Amino acid sequence: MLAWTIYISFLGALALLLLPKASTTAARVLALLVAVAGFGIALNAFLTHRTGELITVARHPWIPALGIEYHLAADGISLCLILLTGIVAITGILFSWNIERRTKEFFAFYLLLIGSVYGVFLSYDLFLLFVFYEIVIIPKYFLIAIWGSTRREYGAMKLALYSFIGSAMVLIGLIAAYVVAGAKSMSLDALAGYPFPLHFQMFAFPLVFVGFAILAGLWPFHTWAPTGHVAAPTAASMLLAGVVMKLGAYGCLRVAMTLFPLGLSPWGFHVLGFGSWRDVFALLAIIGIVYGAMVALVQKDFKFVIGYSSVSHMGFILLGLMTLNQIGISGSVVQMFSHGILAGLLFAVVGRMVYDRTHTRELAALGPMNLNKAIPFAAVTFVLAGMASMGLPGFSGFVAELMILIGAWHAFPILAICTGLGIVVGVVYVWRAMQKAFFAEHALASSHSPLPPISIPERLGAVILLATSIAIGLYPQMLLKIITPALNSPLFEGIRKGGWN
Amino acid sequence: MPEVIIVVTALIVLSVDLLFLRNQRTHLRFAVVASLASLGCVVGIFRILQAPEQTNALNGMFLANPLTHLLQIALLSLTIITVLLSVDSTFTEHVGEFVFLILLATTGMLFLVATQDLLIIFISLELLSLSLYVLTAFNKRDSRSSEAALKYFLFGSMSAAFLLYGFSLLYGLSNSTNLIQIASAIHGQSTSPLLAIAIITTVIGFGFKVAAVPFHFWAPDVYESANIPAVGFIASASKVASFFIFFQVMVVGFAGVEGSAVWRHLVHGWVPILAAIAALSMLLGNFVAITQSSVRRLLAYSAIAHAGYMLLALVAHTQQSLAALIYYILTYALATLGAFAVIGVVEKQTGNDHLSSFSGLSRRAPLLSACLFAFILSLAGIPPLAGFFGKFYLFLSALNATPGSNGLLWLVILAIAMSAVSLYYYLQLLKRAFVADPLADANDIHVPALTQAVVVLLAAATLLLGCAPNLLLRWILEAIAASSR
Repeated sequence: MLAWTIYISFLGALALLLLPKASTTAARVLALLVAVAGFGIALNAFLTHRTGELITVARHPWIPALGIEYHLAADGISLCLILLTGIVAITGILFSWNIERRTKEFFAFYLLLIGSVYGVFLSYDLFLLFVFYEIVIIPKYFLIAIWGSTRREYGAMKLALYSFIGSAMVLIGLIAAYVVAGAKSMSLDALAGYPFPLHFQMFAFPLVFVGFAILAGLWPFHTWAPTGHVAAPTAASMLLAGVVMKLGAYGCLRVAMTLFPLGLSPWGFHVLGFGSWRDVFALLAIIGIVYGAMVALVQKDFKFVIGYSSVSHMGFILLGLMTLNQIGISGSVVQMFSHGILAGLLFAVVGRMVYDRTHTRELAALGPMNLNKAIPFAAVTFVLAGMASMGLPGFSGFVAELMILIGAWHAFPILAICTGLGIVVGVVYVWRAMQKAFFAEHALASSHSPLPPISIPERLGAVILLATSIAIGLYPQMLLKIITPALNSPLFEGIRKGGWN
Repeated sequence: MPEVIIVVTALIVLSVDLLFLRNQRTHLRFAVVASLASLGCVVGIFRILQAPEQTNALNGMFLANPLTHLLQIALLSLTIITVLLSVDSTFTEHVGEFVFLILLATTGMLFLVATQDLLIIFISLELLSLSLYVLTAFNKRDSRSSEAALKYFLFGSMSAAFLLYGFSLLYGLSNSTNLIQIASAIHGQSTSPLLAIAIITTVIGFGFKVAAVPFHFWAPDVYESANIPAVGFIASASKVASFFIFFQVMVVGFAGVEGSAVWRHLVHGWVPILAAIAALSMLLGNFVAITQSSVRRLLAYSAIAHAGYMLLALVAHTQQSLAALIYYILTYALATLGAFAVIGVVEKQTGNDHLSSFSGLSRRAPLLSACLFAFILSLAGIPPLAGFFGKFYLFLSALNATPGSNGLLWLVILAIAMSAVSLYYYLQLLKRAFVADPLADANDIHVPALTQAVVVLLAAATLLLGCAPNLLLRWILEAIAASSR
């Protein structure tokens, strides 16, 4: 049943292309229906499989000569992310209800992207996972290049090339691992169970990890993220920050770390104070957290603020992974979910509610428009989303970042303190953006023509996202209950053996 | 024998056109002639399917085994597609001659893939090449076409001379023209200077045929100036045949003097030479393609880059890499033929093949550009299209050639990195078609029905072979296993 999240999205994309040219509304409704159906299937699976153990969704021989199977399976981690994809997909469509130009194609690319994202989260065969992972690149390029705004072609190409270089690194690692393991199977558990020699893991781990982490916004490979997010149309920014960046983080956890756990063990010598790849990537993650927050602090463009905040929040996910303890890694998964929701919401406010009405994203220009009076709904949503993003208790971000910090405190006490700096700056940049955009003191009497009111789809989308964030914030056990058993499964045994505490 | 059927078909085509169709409209002549030619090829395919499993006539001069059958069927199918795509051409009135030459080239290729003998290899290669030179020059109103053909001819005849020189040295060394006997005669003579010259000249000769750096100079000009069906034919069918026989000559004929291209453990022989050529082709092809503004030239340089990837299969020289090579080149041929068909349609409407002619193509011809999307992304190696599995399997087989040591990893890393570069220029083309707005005076593009149908079929095949590679792969693997027994 779960496999239909993929099929229904692809079929939906095909059906959209076959619609007659003028039927804009039909295209929107069809896309929404498909997204809702996908979400329904995901939610159903999320609610029925409460043990978090691995369930096989589909398993057929695909390329028997190479031992490659069409193998879809889900455990607690993938179920969380599939649910996230469903939610972001629906709200993304709600927030792009105003797309008028080439609507059919827009939603066709959109559903193609969604379908492949579901595919990545569900794949259990690494070849299949890679296939879906690469399909994602193309629709995301066209979504940005055709319907984007500022420097869209540059942003789209940069994103496509970064992603492709990342997946090239992953491909090298996967092929090498497959050959070293005797070229018999591409299945995740078969490869994760194979004892790769230490020297091989030491070179394959960073290759595959960085390959995936490029898409997760690892500093210093994050530069595609702000430009890509800013150039993208609202729905694409939401998907990009909401789920596509999670693909990278998911790949780091699900592929790089399970296949090559020894790659995280100490080198046996120190270079510049680093004793292992784990130290290196933890430090890069923290630099990402602090750097992203600092840069967000000085941006003049509203969307860049959110773009850099994504880099900062994604740093938490990577830091959580590097803690190698249960609370840190579970926190990472919760953060994937939480950031998916919140980044989606923030981009929706900035891109759809504000930019589509005012046609500017300059904080200085937005101030005089008196937006908190003109579109109060947007102001309230942004305040709530901002609070959630700062990590205020009651919202999902708090739980996730707290767990990661506790995990990091066990693993790297000094670095955990530095992370605190990132959180403080995080409060400041949200505050600053909020104040400049919505509550500027020198607000003049509004001489502009009145802005169009916030539409129903927008309200609906904002409410869905906020409600999800609050629900997770108040009852994180909902996710943790299925994440924990998944992390205790045999697949993660390699990580547990090294450094799990 | 299928070759005989094709030759007879060629003669029928020529005489029917000469005797009955002289005064008809070009389009009608093309339609009749193309149906005759396709019919002949279909009969040939059926003949092959019924042929005995294994034959070996005249000490390896004429072979038949499942592998040669597979390649012959593939070549005949590509010929049919080429002929069907030429039906809507208007560049020539010499319809019969044009199709006659295509069939003659096909005959050359059918012989080429089904032999183990140097003499037959050389003769059929010359039959193929001479037909292609004339096909290139066929648009006699266009001086650029003649220029390209002359260039092709000069380079080609020089390389043929090299090849012949190499072959004669081989004969001198081994006293035989049969590849297997040559291999056993030269075994262990890897330090002989004569053998070294033979290897180098042979590599030069075939390097020209497959357009690998530094023997690639003819390719961009020919791709740019020749008529579309001829370019499609040169880029697909002729590539298939040349690459296959290149593999056979090197792997069978020069068995025992391979050497090794393992990183930091280079051993002299033909493998390191080919590794260097592969690396150069990938680098030059991809980087020069970035700067092209003519789509035909862009595809020419991308073809050079693809030749570089495919040479990896020769460097690996295992049975698995032969399977990977055949899978790669067949799917590459489908995508390239399709891409050139689309270029042909666009060119006819806009007058040139500049990137800007493709602006807004997705609005002007939605179905055609959807197919172009599939072809180009397949060339770029994006799943779920056939090109992706081709690349994956090829790189995998290269690594798998030296399982313990990952010795060819350096070449695989280079190849994968270069395919990341290639995405840039492929996306440039697709960006024109899908992102850019059509020019103000542009109207809808009229696509001839037959071309449309063939292009859709090719795109469907590209997608199908990407989603279910096993359809073709199983056939290839069985054929290779059956033929090596």
